[in-house]
Amino acid sequence: MSILDHYAQIVGDDVIDQLQQLAQPLQGKSVVHVNSTKIGGGVAEILTKLVPLMRELGLESHWQVITGDEPFFQCTKAMHNALQGNPVPISQELLTHYEEINRDNAERLRSHLTDADFVFIHDPQPAPQLSLCPNRQGHWIWRCHIDASHPYRPVWKFLRPFIELYEASIFSLPTFAQALPHPEYIISPSIDPLSEKNCSLDNDEVQQVLQEFHIDPDRPLVVQVSRFDRFKDPVGVIRAYKMATKFHPDLQLVLAGGSATDDPEGALVLQEVKTEANHDPDIHILMLPPDAHRTINALQRGADIVLQKSTREGFGLTVTEGMWKGKPVIGGDTGGIRLQVVNYHTGFLVNTPEGAALRIRYLLNQPDKIAEFGHQARELVRENFLLTRHLREYMTLMVSLLYGGGDRLELS
Amino acid sequence: MANAVAPFCPPVAADAFAIKDCALLTIATGKKATTLKELQTHLTTIDTDSIYLHVWGSLLEPHFDVREYNNHFASWARRGLHDDTLAERLAMVDPNDYGDLEALRQELLEVIAERLDEQEYLRWVLATEPFEFIRSTIVVFDTAKRIQQPEELITLIPHLSTSSIFYHFIDARRRLPTSQDDFCFWLACWGDRYAELAQHLAAIDPYFNSLTTIRQQLAKTFERYCPRERP
Repeated sequence: MSILDHYAQIVGDDVIDQLQQLAQPLQGKSVVHVNSTKIGGGVAEILTKLVPLMRELGLESHWQVITGDEPFFQCTKAMHNALQGNPVPISQELLTHYEEINRDNAERLRSHLTDADFVFIHDPQPAPQLSLCPNRQGHWIWRCHIDASHPYRPVWKFLRPFIELYEASIFSLPTFAQALPHPEYIISPSIDPLSEKNCSLDNDEVQQVLQEFHIDPDRPLVVQVSRFDRFKDPVGVIRAYKMATKFHPDLQLVLAGGSATDDPEGALVLQEVKTEANHDPDIHILMLPPDAHRTINALQRGADIVLQKSTREGFGLTVTEGMWKGKPVIGGDTGGIRLQVVNYHTGFLVNTPEGAALRIRYLLNQPDKIAEFGHQARELVRENFLLTRHLREYMTLMVSLLYGGGDRLELS
Repeated sequence: MANAVAPFCPPVAADAFAIKDCALLTIATGKKATTLKELQTHLTTIDTDSIYLHVWGSLLEPHFDVREYNNHFASWARRGLHDDTLAERLAMVDPNDYGDLEALRQELLEVIAERLDEQEYLRWVLATEPFEFIRSTIVVFDTAKRIQQPEELITLIPHLSTSSIFYHFIDARRRLPTSQDDFCFWLACWGDRYAELAQHLAAIDPYFNSLTTIRQQLAKTFERYCPRERP
C-alpha cells in the first residue's frame, strides 16, 4: 500500500484526488527543503513525511540538512529566541561565525540548490543560503515556523537582508508575519495522523501507559502536554485543577513535559509547579524523554479533557494533537489556539484558572458534551490541520509561483 | 497550461459543464487595524481581493453550522471592538446586493462612518485584538469531469468537494458578468426548460451557511426541481 493510500483511509479519496490534480503541473519538478536538523523538532517531523509524499505525487523532492558546530547552534538558538521577542543580544563574533558556517554549507549544497525548481529554506539557520547561490534557477521560499511578530530588532535587522531576497515567505499566522518586500503566504502547521504521536493505539496500550504512571483509568483525567514554561501556565493549570476538585474530588491531573535540565528557567518553573502541586498524589508531573511520542499519544487518549492553558502561544500543535484524539480542549484565548478551539463546539477558550476550572466542571458534569465536542474536534482537525492540507497549500503556492502568481490562476 | 488572469471563464455552455475545483492560499498584506478609524482608513485603499476574502472567505474556514457573524468585519466588530451594534449592521451587508466589490467597499465604509458619527469614542477605542487584512490567491484546476445534461448533477453534487462548491456557487458570482452562479448560468442555455430549477437555485442564500450545508441545499434543489424526462 502506498503512503497516499494510507492517508486516503484517513482523509478520504477526494482529498488525495485533489492533491494529485494539483501535482499535475508540478510533475518532475525538483524541490529541495533545507533545514538544520534531521531528527527532533516540529520541522523535521513535518519534513519526514512531506518529502516522501511529494515524491509519491511525482515531484523530485529532496531534503538537505545544514551542519554546524556548537557555537553555530548557540547562535541560531539565540536567533530563534530573539525572533520570538526575547531581547537576546548576539555577539558580532557569533554572527560572523554564523555566516562562515553557512558559506561552508553552501559549498556542499550549491550543486543541489542551484538547479532546483523550488527551494524551501526553513527558519533562520540556513537563511543566507540564497545569497550564497548566485546562479540559482528556481523559486526560493523562506518558511518561518516561528512567531516573528515582535522580534528583537537588532537580530531581525541582521537577518532581514538575507530574507528579503527571497521570492516569497511563509508564516503560520497573519500576526506572525514581518513586513517584507515580497508576498507573505499564510500556511498553518499540521500534524501527521500516521506518526507515533498521533496514530491510533489500541486500548490495551493506553491502559498500560496509565498503569505505568499510576493513573486510575476509572477516574476522570485532565492532561496538559507542554514544556515547563511560564507561557504555558502550568501553575495556573494546577490552580484550576484544585478548584475543580472541590466539585470532582476524584479528578486526576497529568502535566507532561520534557526534561528541563538544559533550561535553567524550565527547571525554575518545574520547581514552582512542584511547590504548587504540594505532593498531591493525583497530580502527576511527568518528565518524558523527547522521543516519548507513543507515551504522549496514550496519555492524550487516556484523558477526558485536554488542557492547553497557555497565556501566549504560537500555533499550539498540542491542541491539534488532543483534538485529533477526539478530546475536547480547554485552551488559553491566545494565538493559534483561537483557530482551533471553538466555544461550545470543540472546547472552551479561557483566560484564567477560574475559567479553566469552570469549564472542567461543565464538561465533567455532561459526559455527552465531552463526546460531542471531542467528535467535532477530531473532524475539525481532519479537515483543516492534517499534513495533507499542509501539502495542498505548499503545492498551491508552488503552482502559483510557477505560473506567475496573481490573484487567480486557472489550470487547464 | 495555465492562465494567470481569467476573469471570465464560464463552463463550456450548452456543450458540457466542466467540473472544476479550487484551492485558496492566504497572503498577508501587512496592514492591520487596532481601532475602527484605522479599519476605515485601510478599507478605503485595500485591494478588492482583500475585501472579497474578508466577506466570503469565512466559508472556507473552520467553523460550525451556526456562525455568529458571517464576515470578518462583523466578527471583528463583535470580538475585537466589542461593539454589537456595528457587528449587527456589518453582518447585514449582503455582498450579493452589490454589483461589484467597489460598491461593496463603499457600503461597508458607509456603515462604519455612520457608526463613528454615532459614537465618537469608537475613533480611539483600542480593539482587544487587531484586524489583520489578508488577501488570497485562488488556483483553479480542472477535475476532467464533464456533465452533458443537468440531470447528471442530481447524483454528482452530493459528491463534489466543498471547494468545488465554492468555485461554482460563490466564486462564479464575481467571475461571471451576470453575477450568477455557474449552475444557473449553464441552465440558461436550455431556455425555459430548467427555469424553475434555476429560480430555486438562485434563491439559496449562500451567505449564512457553511459550504457543506450549501451542498446539501443544492442537492435537494436539483433532486426536487430538475426535470427527469429529457426533451
